[in-house]
Amino acid sequence: MSLRLDTGGRFIDRATPVRFTFNGQPHEGFAGDTLASALMGAGRLMVGRSFKYHRPRGVVASGVEEPNALFALGAGGRHEPNQRATTTDLAAGMQIRSQNHWPGLGFDIGALNARLARFLPAGFYYKTFLSPPAFWKHVYEPLIRQSAGLGRAPQAADPDGYEHFHIHVDVLIAGGGVAGIQAALLAGEAGARVLMMEQTAHWGGRAPVDSVTVAGQPAQDWLRAALARLDAMKNVTLRTRCGVVGVYDHGYVLADEQPPPPGPRHRLWKIRARQVIAATGALERPLAFPGNDVPGVLLASAVRDYVVNWAVAPGRRTVIVTNNDDAYRTAIALVEAGLEVPAILDARGQANGPLPERARALGLRVETGKGIGKVRGKTRVTGAGLCNQRGSGLVTEVIPCDAVAMSGGWSPVVHLWSHCGGKLIWDETQAHFRPDPALGPVSHDGVAFVHCAGAAAGALQAGPCQTTAGQAAGAVLKLLGCKAGAPDHATAEAEAPLAPVWVMPQRAGPALRAKMWLDFQNDVKVSDVQLAAREGYESVEHTKRYTTLGMATDQGKLSNINGLAVLAESLGAGIPQVGTTTFRPPYTPVPLGAIAGQARGKTFQPLRRTPMQDWHEAEGARFEPVGQWRRPYAYPKGESLAQAVRREVRNTRENVGLLDASTLGKLLVKGPDAGRFLDLLYTNMMSSLKVGRCRYGLMCNENGFLMEDGVVARLGEDSFLCHTTSGGAEHIHQHMEEWLQTEWWDMRVYVANLTEQYAQIAVVGPKARQLLERLGGMDVSPERVPFMGWAEGVLATIPARVFRISFSGELSFEVAVPAKRGMAFWQACLEAGADLGIAPYGTEALHVMRAEKGFIMIGDETDGTVTPQDLGLDWAVSKKKDDFIGKRGQARLHLSGPDRWRLVGLETTDGSVLPEGAYALAPGRNANGQRNVQGRVTSTYHSPTLGRGIAMGLVRRGPERMGEVLEFSSLDGPPVPARIVSPVFYDPDGEKQNV
Amino acid sequence: MLYLKCPYCGQMADETELASGGQAHLRREGPDSSDSAFEAYLFLRDNPRGVHFERWRHAYGCGKWFHAARCTRTLEVFGTYRAQMGAPPQDILAAIAARRGETA
Amino acid sequence: MSEPGFVSVSELGAGMIALRGDLRSKVFRKAAEAGTGLKLPAPCTIVWDGARALGWMAPDELLLVVPEGEGAVTVAALEHALAGQHALVADVSDARAMFHISGPGAREALAKLTPADLSPAAFPVGTLRRTRLGQVAGALWAEERGLTVLCFRSVAVYMRDLLADASHPDAALRVF
Repeated sequence: MSLRLDTGGRFIDRATPVRFTFNGQPHEGFAGDTLASALMGAGRLMVGRSFKYHRPRGVVASGVEEPNALFALGAGGRHEPNQRATTTDLAAGMQIRSQNHWPGLGFDIGALNARLARFLPAGFYYKTFLSPPAFWKHVYEPLIRQSAGLGRAPQAADPDGYEHFHIHVDVLIAGGGVAGIQAALLAGEAGARVLMMEQTAHWGGRAPVDSVTVAGQPAQDWLRAALARLDAMKNVTLRTRCGVVGVYDHGYVLADEQPPPPGPRHRLWKIRARQVIAATGALERPLAFPGNDVPGVLLASAVRDYVVNWAVAPGRRTVIVTNNDDAYRTAIALVEAGLEVPAILDARGQANGPLPERARALGLRVETGKGIGKVRGKTRVTGAGLCNQRGSGLVTEVIPCDAVAMSGGWSPVVHLWSHCGGKLIWDETQAHFRPDPALGPVSHDGVAFVHCAGAAAGALQAGPCQTTAGQAAGAVLKLLGCKAGAPDHATAEAEAPLAPVWVMPQRAGPALRAKMWLDFQNDVKVSDVQLAAREGYESVEHTKRYTTLGMATDQGKLSNINGLAVLAESLGAGIPQVGTTTFRPPYTPVPLGAIAGQARGKTFQPLRRTPMQDWHEAEGARFEPVGQWRRPYAYPKGESLAQAVRREVRNTRENVGLLDASTLGKLLVKGPDAGRFLDLLYTNMMSSLKVGRCRYGLMCNENGFLMEDGVVARLGEDSFLCHTTSGGAEHIHQHMEEWLQTEWWDMRVYVANLTEQYAQIAVVGPKARQLLERLGGMDVSPERVPFMGWAEGVLATIPARVFRISFSGELSFEVAVPAKRGMAFWQACLEAGADLGIAPYGTEALHVMRAEKGFIMIGDETDGTVTPQDLGLDWAVSKKKDDFIGKRGQARLHLSGPDRWRLVGLETTDGSVLPEGAYALAPGRNANGQRNVQGRVTSTYHSPTLGRGIAMGLVRRGPERMGEVLEFSSLDGPPVPARIVSPVFYDPDGEKQNV
Repeated sequence: MLYLKCPYCGQMADETELASGGQAHLRREGPDSSDSAFEAYLFLRDNPRGVHFERWRHAYGCGKWFHAARCTRTLEVFGTYRAQMGAPPQDILAAIAARRGETA
Repeated sequence: MSEPGFVSVSELGAGMIALRGDLRSKVFRKAAEAGTGLKLPAPCTIVWDGARALGWMAPDELLLVVPEGEGAVTVAALEHALAGQHALVADVSDARAMFHISGPGAREALAKLTPADLSPAAFPVGTLRRTRLGQVAGALWAEERGLTVLCFRSVAVYMRDLLADASHPDAALRVF
């Protein structure tokens, strides 16, 4: 039975009890507790079930490496699965739920899997669900999905805030243990801009628990003074609850902060650090003995943490099992806390260092050459079976106990070192991988920018730990051109070398190896890794994926080294030869909310607004996305959307319509070489355009494919205004700048994107001129503003530029006014045109009207593989010019051949509307058994003007086949017959627009 | 995440402030070019494991195109320079040679 | 507009003129100084004189800020001063939105949006930087009384929402 001790606990405030529930049961902890310590204090040690076999599981660790104690926290939008009990602070009223069981933690149907364990070895899914193929989709996958997964995703939107924060520093120090703080002191005193981050809520790391002495003082006293010094330095920033999770190229570092309420739920720090010191410590490794996953078996260091920091213990009688001296500290701490340690089982042949001697002096039973051959108990430990480490697991004595503290040695946390390419070396003496100082990750200057300090560098003892901190700070400061001072000395009791133990006992047979857990979270056992090796998985990366060793939320923090050691042993290879899996960021899971930051809700993405956007919204317009613009699609007035479109088309063709065309790109191109430049950019000749006139132009890419179209107006001898499509303004602006900067940099041309300076309003329809005349201020007669001409003046007292251009076939003026006057102009038009039947129209009416006229639309008739010639726009491709972008591309054989799909109009024989994107069917089938095709529909609408369906499409040799009836595919019915006709359905002679 | 110095405004730019533009120093092949020359200009690109000359635009900054000499393996940057040149400048070649212990 | 944030955010009106030309040319510099009434700024800086400011936007581009409503007349004056030269003058008063962020923590609030280094050492008063703010392009500069942010008019609402969120009192942060 786990318990709360009567005294002690560095982190808890016994004066502040905190109530919470676990699976609905009320419990009480203290302020300062983590969920793990609170539950342990409340006598709850079994906290979850494992992923695959649903075995009962308890807390194993005390930090981020915890694989078992993962909870679902919060309700509704705040529900969060897979929260580690060991790193989550207890808060009043918390409702904690365990995961991976149904219906309950105590009785779980999924635990049947454990009975079937011998039938569920590594690779079970791959082997079993191979056939028959149809079963995967309909039987296997739904079944697996039902039982798989760690936790459940929340169903509601997250109400909390998230944000990013950017900072640039000289030195980032990851980890606020003694080594990190020492490095911060040295760097801070040298004047460097320092940011130090600690993932837990507490500074100091393990030193206060492990009775380290620094500069002759207890670690806790030294820490207090050191932090006061750091706090006083203006160039040093300290953050707790802020875990450095990834180190990336060129000194880019990500850290995830959980600020205390009511702050943002997470703050993702985006750091540019010239140098990084990784003082990230080390993680203790479990030992692989039979039954090492029974609740009550914990890491030895975790047991010590719980006793010293939170005054809780997993049991009253704890057996220690170890291969090193460090675990004796746990024995001593337990005894000092008044708890029993019936035995210390040391796998080594002898144990005579100061720590074992101290344990013996306390009267503890130390058994060398021994290990655990069996753990008694199912949902919690009731006894440990002692055996010879070198034997096959014969249990000679069962020691009654309610907890086991295990230690298999320590592995440096090399993740941050490795993220960006730092190499590792195998340290035989300490049996771990540690950073190879000669092969660090390099930054933009080719110089290493990550340096490890303390246990992360492989310096597990207090003295060398401080030395490496001094070395790391020294190396960093030298690169920064600063002078470094010397670190304080630290001491702790000396430790004798460990003996590597990967399997306990060494000669365990198959039955016992199938009970030795390597990866608690994914239920990977020694037997699974050995099976993978037998089946030919030699690469550690493949073995990981085959067995799932080291996957999921803990990413193998506890299991990796043990797993690859077992693999190496099975392969008869050395551990360094087998190597590790790749350490990839993030070190600890980062919520998607933190990554999104402010990009959620109304700031999910920038939505661009025209000067009349408020009016459109007030009028109840339906919008459609055009890039980041939201343009009115139609303005329904108590009618269906289709009815609204028809009304808008008819009204514009009969009276006068108003379109917000502000989104059209407006690029000012100015300079002595502007004409020459535009001649190269457009397929047609622009330099010959007269001042005061407009010309429709096409732009191709170098491939020869049509990319953009728009009307160019010549404003003056050396200046042109190029209109682009709504989505194309930025792209075409960049396109122009690219050619000016990188190819024709001798040309004297400047470009300015004036898209947003103007509101542009199309006044369209037979009564358009009448309306503008009513506004007054300038002459808009055909003589002053002829078709394809423009004029400048004043309309309704607002400065205006009037372009006589038409995308609808009607009499049409596009009026550009300063954006801030846009709404006033729009309003003036509505008022002046009330009795003329004026009404706004949206983009769908615009599309219908342009299709009725056979005008192409970039993105409908083009898809990046269509040339102007395909669209019958040969007239807009100059034959006179020596060069333009796309000319060479269009000269290629397959772009100029006769068999290309070319633009035609299409009319169904029954007047219906052709399906969008339908293919024109051709006789026969292709190699895949699909029908051959000879064209496709590019635009299709109901034409209110003509009262039937109209369409445009690209058809093989289309213009040569006028009158032919083709069949078009339909998703939900027989093919639809349609006749090839001219694409100009309405007013082919252009009489309406030229009045 | 790269961090490059824009040679025009002198600012260090975060990769998210930049737009990449592929291989640098391509020579445009115009209307009179052969099919093979045009194909090479339009489609054929180097993909070295090592030093690469590439185009970047300071898209969220001064808007200028520039070139970078960068090692695709280590991400080491030997220098950035203006786009208005047909080949890498001498000082960039010298920097590469000096750091790589090779001759330019 | 004022948000109840840990810094104050306000939206300003101003006249703005984009000016492009060869900043290395003595003739252009002289004419530009005459037309703007200001000394030309060094790269990545902004200069002020009373209600006018002149910012360096690119090696061939300046931005002149004048009181609201003076855009059109200033354009005419500049065009006159630069007559006969290869230059581009454009009124962009209506194409931009301008925000002012002031108070302790103003730099931190903006550092939530931009990857630029906004520490006082790296971004002293008088510096101007064009950068990314959230998901849009913008320019910002440091004055004694705070920081000014410029973005396109069409995304002014997005920027206002971002700034309000970044300056929320619960999200206060002091680092610089």
